[in-house]
Amino acid sequence: MESLIIEGTTKTPNVNFDSEKGKLEIKGRSIPENSIDFYKPLVDWLEEYAQMPKSKTEVNVHLEYFNTSSSKCILDVFKKLETIHKNKYDVQINWFYEEDDEDMLEAGEDYESIIRVPFKMIEIVD
Amino acid sequence: MSFNINEYYTRISQGDVVLAFKGSITSELINEVLEAVESKLVAQNEDGKTRKKLYNVLVESLQNLYHHIEEKHEGIEENLDPKFGVLVVEKVKNGEYLVTTGNFVASVKIKFLKEKIDKINSLTREELKDMYKFILNHQKISAKGGGGLGLVDIARKTGKKMEYHFYPYNDKYVFFDLQILI
Repeated sequence: MESLIIEGTTKTPNVNFDSEKGKLEIKGRSIPENSIDFYKPLVDWLEEYAQMPKSKTEVNVHLEYFNTSSSKCILDVFKKLETIHKNKYDVQINWFYEEDDEDMLEAGEDYESIIRVPFKMIEIVD
Repeated sequence: MSFNINEYYTRISQGDVVLAFKGSITSELINEVLEAVESKLVAQNEDGKTRKKLYNVLVESLQNLYHHIEEKHEGIEENLDPKFGVLVVEKVKNGEYLVTTGNFVASVKIKFLKEKIDKINSLTREELKDMYKFILNHQKISAKGGGGLGLVDIARKTGKKMEYHFYPYNDKYVFFDLQILI
């Protein structure tokens, strides 16, 4: 399976899914007006990856901002990961937040309470 | 006397204004507003936390306008741009910011909007968190792209009550404004 690379813009994050390493990174801002258009390729890609995942999938989510429209799509991404985890594969979500950004930490904890995948909250100190 | 948009705009943009705009709420306009406010706040060495909260509130409130404003408002005599909306960001006392958004809404929507905002205003922090998580996990994104989460998110991030007014305009429309303190 090929890797998925989506270049970021002012309103959408960088997405880099290295299928060989089982590593997904989402980084930047996610504030598009129509988030479904942006996230669909990633969700489709994950659906395919879930057929033959690596023994360990590591996901790094490092968002500076995300809007509520994206929040539902991010949940869809996490639900795909939950399916992989349910099928007895190792999945780890690392949720990065900047020092003192309690809102971003809380957003990560919201997902952690909904999705049954191990989460790690990682504070980035300048 | 009936509501006059120019008088209204003049009245609400008299304070220590960071940014004021009236016209078409487009995707490009949202980009420009976010960029302008962010660079202004960075230049003023505004605290990072406040900056992020204000940014988030602007994204949600402008995208609420973007998703819900009607393209054309029939029967409104003033010469309005399509998707007409108003935004004012001003600095108020105690280092706080006030974000005001305004748009024409059909009178039939007053009840829905009023009940929604009153409900959100009545909730505690924990209740807002539960409401957010419930909507996040149970409701689909609408065709317009909104998820019904914007106002809940604003209330969670600001921890303050939102204020609103409905100014009577004509048989079909009222002018709705929403004020958010950060």
